[in-house]
Amino acid sequence: MMLATLKGPPVDFAAISPLIALLAGAAVVLLVGMLGSRRARTQLVPALALVALGAAAGLTIWQWGVEKAVLAGALRVDTLSLTLNLILVAGGAAAVLLGWRSLAAREAAHGEFHALLLTSVAGMSLLGAAENTVSLFLGLELLSIPLYVLCATELRRERSLEAGLKYLIVGSVGSATLLYGLALIYGATGATDFGAISSALAHNNLATDPLTLAGVALCVVGLCFKASVAPFHQWTPDVYEGAPTPVTAFMAVATKAAALGAFLRLFDVALIETHADWGPAVAALAAITIVVGNVGALGQPSLKRMLAYSSVAQAGYMLAGVVVASALGAQATVFYLAVYMFMNLAAFAVILACERGMGSPGAPRGDRQAALRGLAHTRPELAWPMTLAMLGLAGIPATAGFMGKFYLIDAAVTGGYTWLGIVIVIGSMISLGYYLPVIATMWASPEPAEEPQAIESPLPALAGGSPELDQPLAPEGARREPEVTFLALLAAAATLFFGIIPQPLFDLVHGVGGALGLL
Amino acid sequence: MPALSFLIWLPLACGVLGAIAGRATRNPRVPALLALVGALGALGLAIGYIAEYGGGGPHSSGLTHVTDVVWIAELGIHYKLGVSGLNVFLVGLTTLLFAAAVLAANLRGAVRGDGAERDPAPDRPWLFWLFLALAESAVLGAFLAQDLALFVAFFDLMLIPFYFLTLMGGPTSRGEREERVKATIKLVIYTLVGSLLMLAAAVATGVLDAQQTGGHITFVLSQLQANPLGRGSQEWIFLCFAAAFLVKMPAFPLHGWMPDGYRAMPLEVLMVFSGVLSKVGAYGFLAIVLPLFPQAAGHFQTLMLIVALLSILYGSAVAFTQRDARLIAGYSSVAQLGFITLGIFALNPQGAQGALLQMVNHGLVVAPLLFILAVLSRRAGGSEDVREMGGIAFRAPVLAALFLIVALATLAMPGSANFVGEFLILLGVFNSKLAIAAIAFAGVVMASVYALRLFIRAMHNRVGSHVDSREISWRDGAVLVPLVAGILFMALYPQLALKRSEGSAKLAVASAQASLRAPATTGAPATTGASASTSASASASASASASVRP
Repeated sequence: MMLATLKGPPVDFAAISPLIALLAGAAVVLLVGMLGSRRARTQLVPALALVALGAAAGLTIWQWGVEKAVLAGALRVDTLSLTLNLILVAGGAAAVLLGWRSLAAREAAHGEFHALLLTSVAGMSLLGAAENTVSLFLGLELLSIPLYVLCATELRRERSLEAGLKYLIVGSVGSATLLYGLALIYGATGATDFGAISSALAHNNLATDPLTLAGVALCVVGLCFKASVAPFHQWTPDVYEGAPTPVTAFMAVATKAAALGAFLRLFDVALIETHADWGPAVAALAAITIVVGNVGALGQPSLKRMLAYSSVAQAGYMLAGVVVASALGAQATVFYLAVYMFMNLAAFAVILACERGMGSPGAPRGDRQAALRGLAHTRPELAWPMTLAMLGLAGIPATAGFMGKFYLIDAAVTGGYTWLGIVIVIGSMISLGYYLPVIATMWASPEPAEEPQAIESPLPALAGGSPELDQPLAPEGARREPEVTFLALLAAAATLFFGIIPQPLFDLVHGVGGALGLL
Repeated sequence: MPALSFLIWLPLACGVLGAIAGRATRNPRVPALLALVGALGALGLAIGYIAEYGGGGPHSSGLTHVTDVVWIAELGIHYKLGVSGLNVFLVGLTTLLFAAAVLAANLRGAVRGDGAERDPAPDRPWLFWLFLALAESAVLGAFLAQDLALFVAFFDLMLIPFYFLTLMGGPTSRGEREERVKATIKLVIYTLVGSLLMLAAAVATGVLDAQQTGGHITFVLSQLQANPLGRGSQEWIFLCFAAAFLVKMPAFPLHGWMPDGYRAMPLEVLMVFSGVLSKVGAYGFLAIVLPLFPQAAGHFQTLMLIVALLSILYGSAVAFTQRDARLIAGYSSVAQLGFITLGIFALNPQGAQGALLQMVNHGLVVAPLLFILAVLSRRAGGSEDVREMGGIAFRAPVLAALFLIVALATLAMPGSANFVGEFLILLGVFNSKLAIAAIAFAGVVMASVYALRLFIRAMHNRVGSHVDSREISWRDGAVLVPLVAGILFMALYPQLALKRSEGSAKLAVASAQASLRAPATTGAPATTGASASTSASASASASASASVRP
């Protein structure tokens, strides 16, 4: 009889259908990964993962224009969550494509790798839609835990394992901090719902309550860990460098989108009443992040490490849109997230290609800058995407990066944070110091490089792992990977296209500010 | 005349077409010829615009051939282009110099292995043409843009092709390659730092303007101009714009990228870079900074005049001591651009008109000068050191004559259009700041010192040890003669530019001049012009005073 009194909230399955598609896909992929046929494992599993992501994208588009709270206000389906869904799904699909023939997927077994990836995307989607502190934390953990594992999927590379461990420890500290902050806010306001928190802060004169402020501060720190905002960014370079490149690309693009989405919702909706308190603090963090990220990236020989610092800096730019707490700011942030995805995917695809020895014949393999030497002369189809990605990240006109930066500066100046706009510009100046040498390495007149190829160390012994693990690598010549080149070209084309005709992207993010109730 | 978009994008279209066709046919001549078609087509169109612009009479100042389309509605950015008296001649100059550069590279490509000359595009010729075409399109876009954000976009964009052109050209030994990479990165960082400051300032201009009027954000120049910002905002925004433009020129304290950049660039690229890009900075002052931020311009007038003065003195002094022929040209440009800045910040119509005329003149002079120096260095065993040149004049009289014309124009010999330009500039400064004008006169003298030294060292004196005294070839002549003809034409008929730019120049400085609260009486310039004409040669002063007489 007790059971009868428990009434679950009404579930709007249509509204959460993208989430269901992702999680169902994860389950299917995991099961198919246990099939005996090698072909099914290595080809069917990624294909099914792509299908799941495609279904999620399709369902997201089907839900377009819907604006309502679902699951008793735990989640909110609106333009922000739907736009973020598209970005996340695109990032996930890119990771699947990049990971198709990767060592990481093979060593961790394809089923597990892709199931973890899909679960992580689902967690991000949940985070982007969370309208309640509990679902916020749930989403955060659902995205983080698979990522900890994914970072460590290159089982034989110490750096990969180290990255996984490091991310686990630092990420857990971040999660715990956030959870503590959320608990304090609950203690102060007695609400977990964002709307209820906001009205409690407004009506009960809690905006200056020490409990609230401590909670807000801990929330800022916790989310800063996830979005790799300085000074909570220290894990980023090591993890980005150590993680398998497909996972790094996914983290750079999707985690950032989810974390900033959470930032927008938590701070620009729930905690908007305390804007006077967190606004200056987050603005200062953004400025520090821009400087630290850009200075840190200077002179990094590893491209992945360089892009890690660059992603720190870019997080700082995007925070500017959060700080101003305006519709324009939210739109600028989401716009930049989309743009940032294209630029980073192009860059990571090219790095992956060079790691796999698809770069110049003379250049060494790996993610060092030297691996790009002479690329413009031997593999222009890889050099062009990388060039556009670097120019875009630096914010040069005719790339989408310029539009994104323009929009962010516009939002910052309009919101009364002109100085932050100038810091963005100063950061961009510093960033030229590391983006341009990459281009120079590719385009400078070639010379016959006589450097010896990196000697592959023999495989260390390992317990456990997938059946494919001990099979020899495919021979050099057979490694033609059209999907990597395709992804690089596609992302670069988008960077260029939206740099010249940005209107479609503006239309996409147009409703974001209104969805947050910031007008 | 066709729409301006056609002019802007014609070179790039030809470049892209050439790249595709060149890859398809595997014939390096195809992109080269297509690039030539694009450059000459743009030149033809530009001449058409110049011819047509006179129709409005000497007092016409409005925009013609306006294209106005909303580009990005959210940000209020319009794709607005227009021809005015300020840009019509700079567009002509741009297309002329690009046509000359493309022709020079074309003719050189036709005779591979001609001496020790650097090949413009060692392995991927079609990229060279593509980037050169992109550069031309971007520069034309910057000159023609009538929307602040569009101007900023083109201004930043035009640097990128030069980055690649410099990176790709030239020798491939490891040491030189690394030096080239370093020089290129330095150049781009220097100039982009300025540009990015300008980006922030431009956004701030649009946003603050919209907040002031309460309307929707816009970047259209005429609308921004109609509603000037408050004084405090104007001042910091002015400084950001000034940084961008002064780096691009380059002016004295911000010229650090220039020596390395000049040495690293292939010749054809350097011709357009030195001849055209520096003018975009000067044009930005005249067409954007003065009309939009008049009070700040008045406030910082003395500062800018001093920067200009230092550029003149420093550039002239260093040009006199340099031995590298390219750097002599480079530092002389610093000095010349100093004169142009001086004229602009005289903040009166004479100064502005003189500056505008001098922009065209300097472009017309520096490109053939660099070209001649390259011709000479080929005859001196590839060395660009003036000490190793010399003694050619006797055997190569045609080359010597062409060089002499260019050198005399550089030092602003009375009778040249440069004289008229410098005269108007000094006249303008004389009317506003007497002391600065007096010092600036020294720059005129110094110009003759370094220009004549360069000419004597390179053409006369002892024959250099490795010098091969050959006359100019028809290929080099084909590039050089049209440019020198341009100099002569401007010398004989400077009114062509003066008349057409008069109205626009007046309008550009009007609000800045008003902010100085020093009403220039209409009689003053005419009488000063008349008194100065006694000391000047008859023909030049007649043209000068004719142009300043109301």
